[in-house]
Amino acid sequence: MARVNLPILKITTVMLAMVVVLPLLVVFSGWMQSENLVWEHLLRTVLGDLLKNTAWLLLGVGIGVTILGVGLAWLTTRCEFPCRRIFDWALMLPLAVPAYVMAFVALGLLDYTGPVQTGLRETLGSNNFWFPEVRSTGGVITVMTLVLYPYVYMLARSSFITQGNSTVEAARSLGLSAWGAFFRVSIPTARPAIVAGVSLALMEALADFGAVAIFNYDTFTTAIYKAWFGLFNLQAASQLASFLLILAVIALTAERQLRGKAKYHEATRSTNVYRYHLAGWHRWGALFIVSLISLLAFIVPIIQLSIWAWGVLSEDMDGRYIGLLLHTLMLGGMAAGLTVISAMVLAFTRRTHSDFLVRGSVNIATLGYALPGSVLAVGVMLTFTSIDNVLTTMATLIGWQSPGQILTGSVFALVMAYMVRFLAVAYGPIESGLCRIRVGIAEAARGLGDSPLFTLWRVYLPLLRPGLFTAGLLVLVDVMKEMPATMLLRPFGWDTLAVRIYEMTSEGEWERAALPAITLILVGLIPVIVLVRRSAIYQGRN
Amino acid sequence: MQLKINENQPVKFMVNEMNQVLKNTNLLIVFIAILIAVSPATATVADEIVVYSARKEHLVKPLFDAYTTKTGIKIKYITDKAAPLLARLQAEGKNSPADMLITVDAGNLWQAAEKGVLSPVKSKILEKNIPARLRDPEGRWFGLSVRARTIVYATDRVKSNELSTYEDLADPRWKGRLCLRTSKKVYNQSLVAMMIAQKGEEEVEALVKGWVKNLATAPFSNDTRVMKAIAAGQCDVGIVNTYYYGRLLKKEPDIKLALFWPNQNDRGVHVNISGAGITRNAKNREQAIKLLEWLSGREAQNIFASLNMEYPANPAVKPDAIVSAWGEFKQDMLNVTKAGELQARSVMLMDRAGYR
Repeated sequence: MARVNLPILKITTVMLAMVVVLPLLVVFSGWMQSENLVWEHLLRTVLGDLLKNTAWLLLGVGIGVTILGVGLAWLTTRCEFPCRRIFDWALMLPLAVPAYVMAFVALGLLDYTGPVQTGLRETLGSNNFWFPEVRSTGGVITVMTLVLYPYVYMLARSSFITQGNSTVEAARSLGLSAWGAFFRVSIPTARPAIVAGVSLALMEALADFGAVAIFNYDTFTTAIYKAWFGLFNLQAASQLASFLLILAVIALTAERQLRGKAKYHEATRSTNVYRYHLAGWHRWGALFIVSLISLLAFIVPIIQLSIWAWGVLSEDMDGRYIGLLLHTLMLGGMAAGLTVISAMVLAFTRRTHSDFLVRGSVNIATLGYALPGSVLAVGVMLTFTSIDNVLTTMATLIGWQSPGQILTGSVFALVMAYMVRFLAVAYGPIESGLCRIRVGIAEAARGLGDSPLFTLWRVYLPLLRPGLFTAGLLVLVDVMKEMPATMLLRPFGWDTLAVRIYEMTSEGEWERAALPAITLILVGLIPVIVLVRRSAIYQGRN
Repeated sequence: MQLKINENQPVKFMVNEMNQVLKNTNLLIVFIAILIAVSPATATVADEIVVYSARKEHLVKPLFDAYTTKTGIKIKYITDKAAPLLARLQAEGKNSPADMLITVDAGNLWQAAEKGVLSPVKSKILEKNIPARLRDPEGRWFGLSVRARTIVYATDRVKSNELSTYEDLADPRWKGRLCLRTSKKVYNQSLVAMMIAQKGEEEVEALVKGWVKNLATAPFSNDTRVMKAIAAGQCDVGIVNTYYYGRLLKKEPDIKLALFWPNQNDRGVHVNISGAGITRNAKNREQAIKLLEWLSGREAQNIFASLNMEYPANPAVKPDAIVSAWGEFKQDMLNVTKAGELQARSVMLMDRAGYR
């Protein structure tokens, strides 16, 4: 079939890559100036420890989210145990909890001064009991795992659902045990989804600054902020940040190489989903595990936040919360719309025009997620202020009144920053959805005389709808939780809930941060619940 | 395990394609419409001042509100950390909408002046209200409130006569009894920078190493946690800014903590400032200077004092009653500019000393 079609898609893809590449170039431009002094200092003192800490964090979170995400998804999609339907969606709720909120809740609750250890001391009447050190590698890994596993859970879950039973049935009829079928059929088939989920979680862990700062756990990101905030050396900070990018490139390339040319189409959409009806202690074991995770990752934090928020409700609750809420939602909505459309263009173009330019563009366009929010925000800010400055200069030259900061003074720059940061989030589910649509379907439509654009609308879009929705809602939740870019690029008066949380946590006022935090979580639950409901519909049990 | 087949409905993909097309187009239109709607006319109105503030919103808004009520002049502001605001000012250059930069810590103000985003102001009122050591000699920034970083101790485990200086906390008899906030906080960077200014790097490095050896637990992310840890018995002494103590005292009046003023026989307690300067490319310079002058005056200084229990920078204004009750103390008289000049060396020193 000829591929003369759709230059628009190709051009858009390249342009999207440009939008991402400009801020990244700004980051790399840090290398134009040598900052040997800073490097020498970091190498001699803290860098070794930081790298070690970062490696542990990635390893721990990687293992943690894979086991929790895949395991729980398997339990809720393939097994039957008491209250399964509730946990099926309840396990997704922690997605609405920002890592930095989970971090201060965990410390407030479990550190030496928290109610748990204080209670133990009072009951036992002494200090002589063992309690795990909360502000430690294990503590950070646990907190991050609990808030990040839903990425894996959600993607693995929808993959297990769409896989249906035919392959598993075939495997079982060929003599594989239930575990055998799980490891040798289900998991490999779900691999694109699992890998997408785990890499999202890892990139988030790598770029996180909020949670690790609350734990005072020094990672590579810490070095970036040290160079910038402490040594006031943005160049050195950019140089350090560029390493995160390189790391992300290596990881993504490795994954694509590993995946190679394997194709992941499902044979047919399955019509029946059967579940293993767990018996005896398996039933209760499954129930115990899912309850424990829900409790730790969602219910306990919510209760603690509610208690704190209740205490400050009378002094802090005012009409401005409506504004904070509206801004949070509007920014999230705009960013989600733009990001999903862009990600779809990327995924679709890559599928239909997989030449070097397109592949390169797509790979670049999905890199933004690996950068710490602040660094990326500075890149975006510098890019758009220079455009603004050029526009102003041009306007003055032809005798117009200065338009002011059109891009950085409006939500434009901020929404672009969100898109640059979260394209990878939207791209994952869309691409893995696209992967499972057989080329034949589209070819049939084309063969019947449909134009490519029409094929996109009529064939791909309907089939992709679950993926698109997942992508949009994920971006929505992520944007609502996003902090550093919002801080730097929001126009006057556009404070959001995340901004409010920052203002309080940075002053150590965790109790007062609880009110915006719980509001943010409750609002974040809306898209998460929609997400859940939609996937329920697609299982055909609405 | 037993297998059972669920009687689930077949998955259906009955989607109205046209609907889908319309929906997506709508989304795009709405998006563009919102973008246009919220694109502001950023050109500043004559009686509007634009402020970039690294001081938190709840600590500046009451001041701005009071000023607007009094003069009718509107104040637009955004808050963020100092470094990103500085980067933004630099990038915007002469197109920057900002008239004033407010930040906490002299180190940040010094950096802003160094990067050339602030412009000198000559004002009799400011020079009269703000003591020379709390402002830039060239008038690029002025301190507006003073924060003392001092020693806090558990009253049931430590007697005040056991305490003497910051340096003394490095003595082995405090082993396992000291709690500190992270060295990544600029307050600690300034404290150490001011010590370097007077004692030299070598001596201070040995001293900071002593602190680290005495730590009861890993450094905390904020001062409030330090105080709570001391109150709970995890450690006995720490170093905090006094207003955090004031805040905690308001919430828990019975807490068994007290402040101690160290180094009263030599250089005095380390003090730092929050302050402001007029930006180089201010569009509304005259009005911004008037605001700055008002901020240094009696009315605003009283708000500074009561809002966050800091010390007013204007010596004519009394601190809050709670704050006054902590007693008078000798302050380090060295110009706070030093904190900025030596900040990078201070950060590096603490890295070498293993102070996280």
